[in-house]
Amino acid sequence: MDAYLISVLTFIGIWIILAMSLNLLVGYAGQVSIGHAAFFGIGAYTVAVATVNLGLGFPLDILLAALVSGALGGVLGLPALRVRHDFLVLATIGINFIVVAVFQYTPALGGAYGIVGIPPVTIGGIEFLGLYMLLLVYAFVLAILALKALLLRTWFGVRLIAVREDEDAAAAIGISVASTKIWAFVLSCAGAGIAGALYARQLGSVFPENFGFVESVTVLTMVVLGGAGTLVGPIIGAIILGGLPEYLRFIQDWRYVIYGLMLTFLMIFERDGLMGPESRLRAWLGRGWRTLAADRGSGKP
Amino acid sequence: MSQPLLLAESVSRNFGGLKALDQVSLHVSAGEILGLIGPNGAGKSTLFNCLAGSLPSSGGRIQFNGHEITRLGASRRARLGIARTFQLGKVFSTMTVKENVLAGLGIGAYGSFLRSVTGRVKGESELAQAREILDLFQLHDEAETLVATLPIGVQRRVESARAVATNPRLLLLDEPAAGLTHGEAESFAEIVRRVRARGITVVVIEHNMRFAMDLTDRLYVLVQGRIIAEGPPATVREDPDVVRAYLG
Repeated sequence: MDAYLISVLTFIGIWIILAMSLNLLVGYAGQVSIGHAAFFGIGAYTVAVATVNLGLGFPLDILLAALVSGALGGVLGLPALRVRHDFLVLATIGINFIVVAVFQYTPALGGAYGIVGIPPVTIGGIEFLGLYMLLLVYAFVLAILALKALLLRTWFGVRLIAVREDEDAAAAIGISVASTKIWAFVLSCAGAGIAGALYARQLGSVFPENFGFVESVTVLTMVVLGGAGTLVGPIIGAIILGGLPEYLRFIQDWRYVIYGLMLTFLMIFERDGLMGPESRLRAWLGRGWRTLAADRGSGKP
Repeated sequence: MSQPLLLAESVSRNFGGLKALDQVSLHVSAGEILGLIGPNGAGKSTLFNCLAGSLPSSGGRIQFNGHEITRLGASRRARLGIARTFQLGKVFSTMTVKENVLAGLGIGAYGSFLRSVTGRVKGESELAQAREILDLFQLHDEAETLVATLPIGVQRRVESARAVATNPRLLLLDEPAAGLTHGEAESFAEIVRRVRARGITVVVIEHNMRFAMDLTDRLYVLVQGRIIAEGPPATVREDPDVVRAYLG
């Protein structure tokens, strides 16, 4: 396989993990965040420090990244308990700016120069570059997808959706809204931390500007485009928005305009995203599929 | 008399300068169906919110089943056995009817993160219990229907079914008959009696006087945040203060 293609697919896998983790918060728990890149960055910087400064290896570095991002996610999620939805959005944007500023102005984190020289994952003497790293990333994609699907079948899944649907009704059946939101932040940010960890390992370096507000908007657009609150939606969103700009140069230059337009049009015409339950695309695909299946059936001599 | 199941002493609630509840005291005995009536804006729903914990009271104290619950939040009170419905109805509209009932059945797992991530929602015993409650509320035909697509009257029944699924000691119903036809209200009253037969004590806010008189064992009348009368329906109906409050 072409090295460029492998690299693009690897980054798409990382975007998928990031989008899936945000979807838990936005799509299931109903807590909109435009600061998710902060936790992506915290995971990446944790791995950078853990490998470069502390000499930690795989998988401890990734585990540590998940723990640090998850714990900070829980703490920084505390404002979510106090503010209404629209203010939460603002609060998460604020968190994103603060975290980037910390990366930028902390000498131990390399300041604006970031941290370079992060070694690739090494298992049993094999350096995970190229195809190996691609497979490792998609192993994480599958594991996280499976974990998420399992989690949603537990009572915790009910807690998330109940809080999203109606906080008063959730409390009335014994669900602590506050602790449900905090755990949603912890799990979602831990997922972002894993994505960040893989990102740092893949790229070999981290810089503050990789984890800014624009990245948060990008990942939110992936979730909303694909369909918040669906298992496959964020995957579709990450493939489209993570892959297209690599091949269509003009998208790269205009991507913020395009993301903005996408969000606006989605909110007006397809609020559930491409894979949402009410989506026209899904209905259309379903109809097309049924027609095809019917044709095949009747086409028999 | 035995210890009441719920005891409220001088409960007050202010909204700015407005006294929505002014030193309300009441008791609910185990096993009764208690009615709470009063004109619009009398504070009935505010009282429910204070009893269920969705609004903190500004003064007074509340005891439930021997526990001091005045400072507890709504979810803690629910886990102690106080279930409720809401005046305008609050269902989980993207879930099916059965999933709404299952959500209520999970109450034992909601107290801790660990228990809620280890318990499966659609286990055998949960599904059996859900079926039984769906039957009780005559919802078996709608079990797999998305709640959002159902008429309001049916949604109200779903909400009550979800509340009963939490296996409460006390069930607070906020205007369950609002918007129902006479026939539907009758059949709902029958359901409430069967709920009581399961050992659940019921307090019901009602606007529909006939429904309240038929269903309840005892009534409190709330007017402008104060209780002005209490007693069996037949007595309350004749009370001159009540007649004045209702007829102006």
